Amino acid sequence: MATIPADYSAAPPARDNYLTHGRGILSWLCTLDHKRIGVMYLVSILAAFLLGGIFAILIRTELLTPEKTIMGADTYNQFFTLHGAIMTFLVIIPGIPAALGNFVLPIMLGAKDLAFPRINLLSYYLWVAGALFSVLAIVMGSVDTGWTFYIPYATDTTMGGVIPVLMGVFVLGFSSIFTGLNFIVTIHKMRPPGMGWFELPLFLWALYATAVIQILATPVIGITGLLLIAERVGQFGIFHPGLGGDPVLYQHFFWFYSHPAVYIMILPAMGVISEIISIFSRKHIFGYHFIAFSSIAIAMFGFIVWGHHMFVSGQSTLISVIFSLLTYSVSIPSAVKVFNWLATMYGGSISLRAPMLYALAFIFIFGIGGLTGLFLGALATDVHLHDTYFVVAHFHYVMMGSTLIAMIAGIHHWWPKMVGRMYNEAAAFIAWVFVFVGMNLTFFPQFIMGAHGMPRRYYNYPPEFENLHQMSTWGSYLMAVGFVIIAAYLLHSLFAGRTAPANPWGGATLEWRCASPPPHDNYPVTPTAGDPYDFSDLKYNPQTGDYESDRGPAAS
Amino acid sequence: MSTATDAESHAVHEHPPHLAHHFDTEEQQFEADVQGMWLFLATEILLFAGLFCAYAVYRAHHPEIFYHAYKQHYLSVFWGSVNTALLLVSSFTIAAAVWCAQHNYQKWLVWMLVATLALGSGFLVVKYIEYSHKIHSGLLWGTGFNPQKHGHGHDDEHNDAHDEAHAATAHADEHEGDDALHDEPADAGASADTSAEDQLQWVYEPGGTGPRGLLEPGSAIELSEDEQVRNVQTFFGIYFLMTGLHGLHVIAGLLAITWLLVKALKGHFTAAYFTPVPIVGLYWHVVDLVWIYLFPLLYLIH
Repeated sequence: MATIPADYSAAPPARDNYLTHGRGILSWLCTLDHKRIGVMYLVSILAAFLLGGIFAILIRTELLTPEKTIMGADTYNQFFTLHGAIMTFLVIIPGIPAALGNFVLPIMLGAKDLAFPRINLLSYYLWVAGALFSVLAIVMGSVDTGWTFYIPYATDTTMGGVIPVLMGVFVLGFSSIFTGLNFIVTIHKMRPPGMGWFELPLFLWALYATAVIQILATPVIGITGLLLIAERVGQFGIFHPGLGGDPVLYQHFFWFYSHPAVYIMILPAMGVISEIISIFSRKHIFGYHFIAFSSIAIAMFGFIVWGHHMFVSGQSTLISVIFSLLTYSVSIPSAVKVFNWLATMYGGSISLRAPMLYALAFIFIFGIGGLTGLFLGALATDVHLHDTYFVVAHFHYVMMGSTLIAMIAGIHHWWPKMVGRMYNEAAAFIAWVFVFVGMNLTFFPQFIMGAHGMPRRYYNYPPEFENLHQMSTWGSYLMAVGFVIIAAYLLHSLFAGRTAPANPWGGATLEWRCASPPPHDNYPVTPTAGDPYDFSDLKYNPQTGDYESDRGPAAS
Repeated sequence: MSTATDAESHAVHEHPPHLAHHFDTEEQQFEADVQGMWLFLATEILLFAGLFCAYAVYRAHHPEIFYHAYKQHYLSVFWGSVNTALLLVSSFTIAAAVWCAQHNYQKWLVWMLVATLALGSGFLVVKYIEYSHKIHSGLLWGTGFNPQKHGHGHDDEHNDAHDEAHAATAHADEHEGDDALHDEPADAGASADTSAEDQLQWVYEPGGTGPRGLLEPGSAIELSEDEQVRNVQTFFGIYFLMTGLHGLHVIAGLLAITWLLVKALKGHFTAAYFTPVPIVGLYWHVVDLVWIYLFPLLYLIH
């Protein structure tokens, strides 16, 4: 671990930067600056994460004992539905692209802003509107359908919150589409001189692939939500079997979006990890083209595998076999990425700073999450494991353990750039231990329970599962402690952290040549980009804690 | 109002007034705007794709519903054709408006936008006529489907009570009455012996699966009275959802064109800056395009 001498200046950044450019609450709420919008997204998404996390802790606490622990069965149904809906639609789908991507993408491109700053702000307010709809749903009588809103639960439940939640999903879809549209146009039209498609940092390749999915998949959940609202309000009879509709058609529609949405969640996470692995191994990324194209491949394959959610829905056996085979194909580009990361680390000079710790956790957890996906993609085992805790454990390893861990890695990675302050590394290590151990303790026992037949979403369970459920619950408490520690030292760093240099980690992508925090317009003159993973000209300066380049800072 | 000279002076100005600070050149900005619109249009197409997909699924699984809807002449081909013509011409006028904006024909730009607005509004008027006829005739989705009210020769009441559109359809039905049921679909494998039978007995060739399960290719089944019109309300569920969503897009397009018109009247668009015109034009073309598919799928198919 690199040591930082404490003798350099701890004075706050006095220069004009995006945080000091314009004061007052309105200068934030009406801002068109992608950095401020990114920060607003981050704060809002973390608030939603807190809400979803509280539901998670309550669910796990209820499951401490086989019978009633703290809440009734109906409340339990509502809580797991809200936990799923909030975490999926409000936290992990927008998490990395809208918060970190918004902040980093234009700076990485040497651009002053995204192509459509006003649409970017609109996208943020649509997210807020979607969040308000979710709150409205809780007020109007909540939902207990599960986050998938399957028919006929969603049409026949007496809970009043179904329509507000679906409106929220529809509005959030627009938010997601606008973010993706902005990213694609910006990457196409606003790259700086010296940056062809293959000098693009891999995080941007990942965001690009993500944006393609956002554009192509999200409209389908939009129309699905509208149809479901129409079904509930007007009894149109498209989905409801009582009116001649087809409930399995709903499942097709839902998963046609929601499976690609899994890649909306994981692809940007993989992009973050690609950046971090290379920088903290101080070694050029291995297999740049393979990592870049594997992002595109995952985005494309992601569209043709949705039927693997429906193996027991009564779809034809032939279709199931085809979907099963296609599902296996996704594992190829995913494995390409993992092996390239490992090869990048091989022979590198690895420094175990907080971002790298989370990146290593990501590789470990994603390995388990990805490989258990193969059990579920195989027809014979899936019939046994379908709707058990095995599925719950699998997608939490991928969504929570991978996407969220990568988001935390990204927050640690770009935190000095965002706020101009360094956080406490020792506290970060302690929090990492809590999160990593807690995460595995929470979800690994669920694999075992699921394999033994514990169904998901059940309120009560046979006493034989009590020990495993309790391990899982204690694990979730450990994770919660870890997140509280993270929140504490990050907030502490805002007031008492050391001033961050422009390039504290020694990154070669453009954002590290911009000041920390960046000025309002990012760059006075458009910088010239080079190889984003060539660290040879970066020299560590112990006086400033900064990595200095022969090319000089792009902005000051 | 700007003139051509104003436009030229804008073009040579060092900081073109419409160039946002984060773009380097006007060309880059224009390309970005147009690309953004194309991407947005892709999402629009995919939004409709969900409904087209639902249509395809129901048509493949329940062809008898669509065949029945055709046989009963529930939808007026006449009004559908009128609407198709209106939208096609409006696509021409909006394209002409784009050309006028590019070539600085400001007066013609205004007139072309007015023409597009008029044609688009005409489409909505026709849609209103069609919808009100359906509501009067009980041709609705779900439990609202009550086709007994649909005119089968009781023309006196209908002619008095309803508008022209309904009269025309009722009239058509009157003539169809028996004839329609004697007509064989061109590819029907069954013999014509149904013509001798009761009106309600009819024949169709299934597309793959029918209400009784998977069928041999080329085989035909006869449906009993109970079976033949089951779930026809699904057709109207699909009809109203597809045309309703399309109608909302027409309204959105008309609002956008109205906004263009206001700007054009103020002389905002010059040969140097006219980006919003082609962008709204692209949107309007997609509105047109969706209808070009809806019309044959709903009105003409049999």
